Amino acid sequence: MTELVVGAIEAILMVLIGLHLSIFLLYFERKGSALIQDRVGANRAAITGFGRKLGMPNLGIVNTLVADPLKLFTKEDFVPEGADHFLHGLAPFLALFPVLVTFVVIPFGDTITIAGQTFNLQAANLNAAALYLLATIGIGVYGVALGGWASNNRWALLGGIRATAQMISYEIAMGLAIVAVIMTYGTLDLQEMVRSQGGVWFGFLPRWGLFVQPLAFILLLTAGVAESKRVPFDLPEGESELILGYMVEYSGGKQAAFMFTDFAEQALTAMLLVTFFLGGWQVPWLYRDGFHLPGGHIIAVAPLLVSILGIVSFLVKVVVLCAFLGLVRWTLPRFRYDQLMRLGWKGLVPLGLANVLVTAFIVVATGGAH
Amino acid sequence: MPAGLFWFLAALSILAALGVVLQRNPVHCLLALVLTLLAIAVLFIGQDAIVVGFLQAIVYAGAVMVLFLFVIWLLNLPVESGPTGHLALKLFGTLAVAALLAELAVFLVPSRLQLKFSSAHAAGYGSIDALSQTLFSEYLIAFEVTSVLLLVAVIGAVALARRTTQAELQERKEASARVEKAA
Repeated sequence: MTELVVGAIEAILMVLIGLHLSIFLLYFERKGSALIQDRVGANRAAITGFGRKLGMPNLGIVNTLVADPLKLFTKEDFVPEGADHFLHGLAPFLALFPVLVTFVVIPFGDTITIAGQTFNLQAANLNAAALYLLATIGIGVYGVALGGWASNNRWALLGGIRATAQMISYEIAMGLAIVAVIMTYGTLDLQEMVRSQGGVWFGFLPRWGLFVQPLAFILLLTAGVAESKRVPFDLPEGESELILGYMVEYSGGKQAAFMFTDFAEQALTAMLLVTFFLGGWQVPWLYRDGFHLPGGHIIAVAPLLVSILGIVSFLVKVVVLCAFLGLVRWTLPRFRYDQLMRLGWKGLVPLGLANVLVTAFIVVATGGAH
Repeated sequence: MPAGLFWFLAALSILAALGVVLQRNPVHCLLALVLTLLAIAVLFIGQDAIVVGFLQAIVYAGAVMVLFLFVIWLLNLPVESGPTGHLALKLFGTLAVAALLAELAVFLVPSRLQLKFSSAHAAGYGSIDALSQTLFSEYLIAFEVTSVLLLVAVIGAVALARRTTQAELQERKEASARVEKAA
């Protein structure tokens, strides 16, 4: 029973972390873009005016995180004539739900011992978590596809079809990258994967997956950005051709749910990259009993602090990667649709297959992952 | 698997399956089919067939059904207004379904259908290790033949999609001749 309660608390915590990362990405979308484009950006609506008296620049937090969502959620929820009412309402949540339930399998820390009881810092310890990921990501397509169809609008349908085709295409590249990762670690269990990334090579290099599977890292990063439909892969929308794509007939809270899905997918991509390639909750040179620095020094750390440092390390890595994804979004120009498909099918998929083949040879030659 | 969960999933999959045949809008039918497949996937997982269950969700619910959706959109299927077809067809259809139901009843009822919810499988049953051991030893030839079959299907589909007819070839020849003449 305690296990169930702890699992539920951890699951809620994990979903909350995912949502907060999405909010961070939303803020980055508004104010970070202004920083990159050398303009002022959101700078109105200071509630107290306290910061201004101190001479601080307006960070636009009230604008982006309070005023904008309030405006969205109090807008009229408009359903166009001839639309499929049931599916029009269902679609945004069909898109958001699979992403949120995926957060629960990500391990965000090692075991932690509180008051004599040891808890695994992973909400759902599935032994086939990698398959679960692929299943939930695959089902996320329906929200977008049906959102486009149920709107009874040609542009929305075209945007929905574009988005679906794009997501299906890049899911294959994503799956191939994950297959190579699974072969390297020899397990489907994400917690096991992170565990085996502990320790060092040559006395100083952390045993992170990035150094074993650099190609899979790039493949998963690219496919992840494409999966979340962000620039440079934001082809489902286009001001001059498709307007807002599958979202065009949505307003208010439902549109916010669609928008939030993209941010949550980005946060999920960051978490997956951290888990597979950047050592998850591992802190470089930190073991159960403390830091073992490359020079041979040992700094003892209390076990509870080691667990907490792990959680902090996971969060720091994820936030840095999220910021990187935001940076990518405001730096690269967008593709054309045919370029997107060519990159997916003629670039990423063959590379992924080659990566799987080479990994298989190496795993067999070195005596298997077990 | 808890008995309550089994009954819930069984009822859900049957209701969703009824939705597939009874609804009039093809997209709604397809969604009901997705729901059926997902419920069955969870049933698989509950019976310790973990990999099969997840593959069902990934391949059937996540990929094949999306292709169905594309086909429905491509053919622009209308919402059916009512039952269509010959009277004889309906009659024989009803008779065939009744016969099938009777057969199932005869088959299932005498065995008094013992439901077992506790899974007494060996350790590792249904895991990816066990599945791949079986697939790559006992059923290796069948597995390889299936993969060749799928490859042939893919090549065939590409060949059909890229086929040029004689008329198109003739047209191209004429077009290039016209360009040469103009030059």
